[in-house]
Amino acid sequence: MSKATAQPLSLKIFSGAFLAFWCLIAAFPIVWIAVMSVKSPRDAFAASAWDVITGPATRAAGNGLSLIDIVLGLAVLYFAIRWAFTRLPGMVEQFSPPGFIALGWLVGAAAYGLLFVLIFFGALPNVSGALNGITGPLGAPILGLTTEHYVAVWGENQFYRNFMNSMIVTAGVVTISLTVGTLAGYGLARSGSDLAFWLLIIALVFRALPHSVLVAGYLPWFINSAELLRPILGDLSPTLYGQPWAIIAVLVAINQPFTIWMLRSFFQNIPAELDEAARVDGCSHFQAFRRVIMPVMWPGVITTGLFSFLLGYNDFLVTALLLDAQNQTMVPAIAGYFNRETTTTDQVEAVAAAVSITAPLFLLVMVFQRQIVSGLTAGAVKG
Amino acid sequence: MKFKTFFWFVGPSLFMMLLFIAAPLISVFIQSFQITQPVMQQIEVETCTPGFLTQTCTTEIKTVPIIDEETGKTRTTTAWVGFQSYKNVLQMDKVWAAIGSGNVSDILQIDFWKALRFTLMFTLVTLPLVVGVGLAIALAVNNAAKWLRGPVIFVSLLPFIITPVIGSLSIYWLFVGDGILTATLERWTGQDIAMFAQAWTIELLMYFYRVWHVAPFAFVIFYAGLQTVNMDTLESAIIDGASRFERLRYVIVPHLMPLIIFIALIHLMDCYRVFDEIIGFRSQAHVISLQWLTFDFLTPDDAGNRAISRAAASAMLTMIGIVILLILPLRRTWRDHKGGAH
Repeated sequence: MSKATAQPLSLKIFSGAFLAFWCLIAAFPIVWIAVMSVKSPRDAFAASAWDVITGPATRAAGNGLSLIDIVLGLAVLYFAIRWAFTRLPGMVEQFSPPGFIALGWLVGAAAYGLLFVLIFFGALPNVSGALNGITGPLGAPILGLTTEHYVAVWGENQFYRNFMNSMIVTAGVVTISLTVGTLAGYGLARSGSDLAFWLLIIALVFRALPHSVLVAGYLPWFINSAELLRPILGDLSPTLYGQPWAIIAVLVAINQPFTIWMLRSFFQNIPAELDEAARVDGCSHFQAFRRVIMPVMWPGVITTGLFSFLLGYNDFLVTALLLDAQNQTMVPAIAGYFNRETTTTDQVEAVAAAVSITAPLFLLVMVFQRQIVSGLTAGAVKG
Repeated sequence: MKFKTFFWFVGPSLFMMLLFIAAPLISVFIQSFQITQPVMQQIEVETCTPGFLTQTCTTEIKTVPIIDEETGKTRTTTAWVGFQSYKNVLQMDKVWAAIGSGNVSDILQIDFWKALRFTLMFTLVTLPLVVGVGLAIALAVNNAAKWLRGPVIFVSLLPFIITPVIGSLSIYWLFVGDGILTATLERWTGQDIAMFAQAWTIELLMYFYRVWHVAPFAFVIFYAGLQTVNMDTLESAIIDGASRFERLRYVIVPHLMPLIIFIALIHLMDCYRVFDEIIGFRSQAHVISLQWLTFDFLTPDDAGNRAISRAAASAMLTMIGIVILLILPLRRTWRDHKGGAH
């Protein structure tokens, strides 16, 4: 950096302090609910921040971590994360059959997750429990920590059902909207016609629509669909209200404008000469798409898939209005806690549920940070 | 690309959008002029209670819905009512009465106008904040050491990626009656503070939440834009004796202008749909938004009825706002397209 652009110390300090302040604000609410969710209700809503962090009441109830627990836990965590970034990729590539690398990653990630849970929550407590017994003062609990709220939320309140529903809905949304959107995005990127332009503009208008407007359109039809469809489908006609696959269709459609805009901008980055060369060699448009474009389009598709995932996962409005209680996904289900929230225990359980919903997103950012950033900038920088 | 091939590529996506976006819009438009009600009939009911010597019998006329004998459901009729649902939502008579009597603030007691006021104010207040904070973070990160940038971007993405309802809840829990920040504020000021007892404090928290949630998005885009600033222009500005602020004002901001417009447009669209905050902060008693109003009409009331017509009317009114919002940018895009992008 030249002398002219060098910055005075005061500016550097100011800019650094601002950045630190922003990071604190950005992370604080999320970190804080994570801390609250593992304390007994009295600690979670204690007036002093120190009490919330150390959790004296939780410790008094016999739930706590000793110094040894903490050191051991951190060590296992460190090695687990390091191993995931150094050895796991190699193993996945070695053991997955050629051409199925994506599947290999899915299996690898699932196996890794299972192994981690087994070691961290299965083996580790036994080891550290034994060590705590021997070491005396070092083994005495110093940090209050309890998992009772998570047990209550996932066990008694059967949050895993909501989790399964969320997974079904988001998996459906991601798969279908990518399949449909990739084709459309490719078509739009390679066609310079006025029609393509108008389709994109209409998609932009659709993107701006409030979702409640659309849901107001669906509801009467969905509730009465069994009778409306009877002349066509006979007795098989379903009531669409409350069906997860109907929600998937709705969310895919709502997501389509965004998906095709984003994929179009990715496809525009792939040189058109590539498929023109394939066309010269005698491929049809579909063959060119399948053989030439598909192998190179995955970064864009993965990025767009991430945003589709977020839409399906984060949605409250559509799922709250169109799904009934037994098919409820996680986010609307948490609203059920509000109505019950009478004691502080209920409140902390709601906090634990909220943290459970956030945890997968946290992992997502950790693994896919680069793709998310490239997705955010893809549409914007090119204008 | 031939039209037929183009159609095969775009067809599935177009079909989904027509079926699940365009068709519902038309359906909402029609519904907003209709009202569907159960058909009522008046029947004479004789009820007898045991009494001394003889039974005491009373006959009364009751209004009950007619039940269809085949399906077992109540029979309904649908009638065209013109602008009745719009009138119910807008309540213009009360508005004129309020203006006539000079108490203009009474208008904000009516749900629709209350929601409109909040939605517009929310959009206008958060827009400059998001652009400003986003730009500030981008400049600061650009200044920071290389090894710091990755972790800072990671932390910054968290508020953006978190489920909106959960994000607003996490801030709600910090400020709820015995939340940690309320307790701290109370200790500092020595006063009893209730953040969720009056509208303006809730609104402040909502503005804060939205800036917290969207500023990372602006930051990432500005940060990418900053990487492409022309260093030659910047250096010539330095040679010409431009101060740090002048360089920001005359070189960097003009370079980022297209991005600022892009973010403003996206932000306008998203803010106009403000909804999740109302759920997360549970503010429906004090602060509501247009989209929440439609949601509320669609939620079954205690008797299990949904006010579909009123929801449709309020949805159409929300739509009008979107059209007004988009007219200017769309005209611009059209002119650019005509101006010869090809």
